Amino acid sequence: MSSDVRFIDFKSDKQPTWCPGCGDFGTMNGMMKGLAETGNHPDDTFVVAGIGCSGKIGTYMHSYALHGVHGRALPVGIGAKLANPELEVMVAGGDGDGYSIGAGHFVHAVRRNVDMSYVVMDNRIYGLTKGQASPTSREDFETATSPEGTSMPPVNPLALALSAGATFIAQSFSSDSQRHTEIVKEAIEHDGFGFVNVYSPCVTFNDVDTYDYFRDSIVDLGETDHDRHDKDAAREKVVEADTEYTGVIYQDENSVPWEKREGVDENMADIPEGAPEGAMDLVREFY
Amino acid sequence: MPEDLNWAIGGEAGDGIDSTGKIFAQALSRAGRHVFTSKDFASRIRGGYTAYKVRTSVDRVESVVDRLDILIALTERTIDENMDELHEGSVIIYDGERTTMQDVEIPDEMIGLDVPLKGLAEDAGGAIMRNIVALGVACEVADFPIENLDSALEKRFSDKGQSIVENNCKAARLGQEYAAEEYNHEYDYDLETTDEDYVLLNGDQAIGMGAIAAGCRFYAGYPITPATDVMTYLTGRIDEFGGKVVQAEDELAAINLALGAARSGARAMTATSGPGIDLMTETFGLVATSETPLVICDVMRAGPSTGMPTKQEQGDLDMVLYGGHGEIDRFAVAPTTVAECFWKTVEAFNLAEKYQIPVFLVSDLSLAVTEQTFPPEAFDMDEVEIERGNVVDETDIDSWLDEQGRFQPHFSTADGISPRAFPGTDDGAHMTTGLEHDALGRRTEDTDVRLEQVEKRQQKVETAKQREDWECREYGDTDAETLVISWGSNEGPMREALDILSERETDVRFLSVPYLFPRPDLSDAIEQAETTIVVECNATGQLADVIEHDVLERVERINKYNGVRFKADELANEIEAVLAPQEVQA
Repeated sequence: MSSDVRFIDFKSDKQPTWCPGCGDFGTMNGMMKGLAETGNHPDDTFVVAGIGCSGKIGTYMHSYALHGVHGRALPVGIGAKLANPELEVMVAGGDGDGYSIGAGHFVHAVRRNVDMSYVVMDNRIYGLTKGQASPTSREDFETATSPEGTSMPPVNPLALALSAGATFIAQSFSSDSQRHTEIVKEAIEHDGFGFVNVYSPCVTFNDVDTYDYFRDSIVDLGETDHDRHDKDAAREKVVEADTEYTGVIYQDENSVPWEKREGVDENMADIPEGAPEGAMDLVREFY
Repeated sequence: MPEDLNWAIGGEAGDGIDSTGKIFAQALSRAGRHVFTSKDFASRIRGGYTAYKVRTSVDRVESVVDRLDILIALTERTIDENMDELHEGSVIIYDGERTTMQDVEIPDEMIGLDVPLKGLAEDAGGAIMRNIVALGVACEVADFPIENLDSALEKRFSDKGQSIVENNCKAARLGQEYAAEEYNHEYDYDLETTDEDYVLLNGDQAIGMGAIAAGCRFYAGYPITPATDVMTYLTGRIDEFGGKVVQAEDELAAINLALGAARSGARAMTATSGPGIDLMTETFGLVATSETPLVICDVMRAGPSTGMPTKQEQGDLDMVLYGGHGEIDRFAVAPTTVAECFWKTVEAFNLAEKYQIPVFLVSDLSLAVTEQTFPPEAFDMDEVEIERGNVVDETDIDSWLDEQGRFQPHFSTADGISPRAFPGTDDGAHMTTGLEHDALGRRTEDTDVRLEQVEKRQQKVETAKQREDWECREYGDTDAETLVISWGSNEGPMREALDILSERETDVRFLSVPYLFPRPDLSDAIEQAETTIVVECNATGQLADVIEHDVLERVERINKYNGVRFKADELANEIEAVLAPQEVQA
């Protein structure tokens, strides 16, 4: 594996079909840079994506990749990592994929804390189906399927993650390329499940959560005295729904990935040409 | 004296019925006797009615029968539930001091042995051993050397300490002595022992063991009756071989976890039952179009919906053949015996990898819960062959790259089988997707590419049809006018039914079908037969339907869907009933 991998090595020759100005361009660039700058190689990286605009990412990146079923990208990523812990596994999703149809898997992936990263392109709207409410849409956000607003509070993914026992919770803004890349790199390097929720504006269908809105509202915790290892401080930040924080909100410095705790360390693809040695003992057990 | 003995213990869930039954079955197996067990149980942790039944003989036994010789009844309901199977001279062992049994009336033609099970157990060291006291009584009745029980008790309790083992052995002897001293009936049983070595296991365990033997290293599942034993078997054991069991949050996750592991190159598997298969259906198409080798095990139970979770049915045939939207390439193999659960699992993994396709391993509740004896050679690990198909590595990947040096995971070859490169293989980076895709695995809506990829996937199936054996297991008289066809666990009772029918001078040819798709060509056999009868545990005759579709001929059907497996004697009678009107006409 060469050590001089550049971020364009993670780029495929397919041109993205995202709308011009889509936040996902910046989000993906940060992912590619993050992977390259943490010393990974496309041949040793497995990227999983679900369905939606975010799901297209496997096509635009160059690595081993699976574009799967809506909402199930996380289990695929966990399975891939456990079967070969040497791989760098990154899962990409959107707010619909991760917090609606895949919300159950999100909670359990957080709990399991397998060493991988999860980057969610949160645009607070369903873009690919042309503009319906998403689980992170504001309560009064009017769409074709919620003409009076959703009458439901948005999902708070950061709070959900924290309550599920997350060991790394971060938030970034796709437009702030440098900070976004730094945060993704930290998620990759974290020993465990590195979760990054990315504000990734939809320029076509969301006229509320816009680039301007985020630029005006974001408070970067990296520029404050926030202690990322302080769970109480993290708790305060994630429930403050009115402030759009970016940066690493929480990191458990003692995190040990599930696969290490469970002693999973072999490449499961390597098997003998017949039954494994000692297999006959399994039969004798039934005497 | 019949050659086989039919024994049961019944009571409420929580009475230790299962473990007591297993101890007795183990003792018989270790004494060199063949054993075939079955369970009557309900999906509850305590209460209700549950029974563990053991049929044993020096010769092989393949079925349950409608006859019960010795019954240990812990509740009055146990006797009522089994009244049809009890007969003149049946022995009922019970504790008349137990509140649930105080008013019990033993029918005059049967032998009731009222034994203070609890009291004797307390004498041996604790009331908890009352079932073991009853086993001692059963040993006396069946003339079964009680020393054989000791070794089973040792196996069951040795991890709890030697004194526990000794107390149990003592409890059994107190029961035996009590029965010998207090009663002087002439019993009609003599359980002789042999020097044969047998192993005793059920279908779920055989599937789990087959998976390890086949090199499966990753199992993901969500607990569900009657597939859970596959998971509990693998837990801990697969770790010894470098593998892992993951208990998923649901079946949606389970199949996707297994899919992810398979993309990494592991032999991966998930097992479930009907309700879980419903959820997994979402991912079938992705497994097929991404051409990922995956073994999906469905241990069928009675549906639809929650159905009867602890009852037998073979109702998922259509589901495994056709489940999922669009047209999904898949194979389906269905073991017909407990030992075949092992071998078909090995075969399923080979088929999955050779053809890069989802393979359904279709078992049923009767196979899953039946503990059956086999000589250990029935699971000869030296016979296990691993075929991984077209896996490429750094040395030969170049021939699978396009002009721009990109790996082509869905390259259209003459036999339809593309190369596989596991993540970590240099120059192999590629994507794949559930969207229709080109040879590179990238989305396309190009009509020509669509045709090429659909035909490529179909070609794999054609290749497999030609290259592999998709044969029936044949029994009975090849030249008989009557042909019986069945699948799954019906093979056992059907083989015994052949013996019964043969004694009654009814000749039958029996084909047991272990492959659901691709499946054996049955047209010659059906054409040759006067009457074809398809036997299955469902109401609509799903196998009969596909056979009629294949051969364009009508078949007779024997269907059972009350939740109880076929019994050999019952099946023989049903077959005669189907044949009877024709004989009258002749």
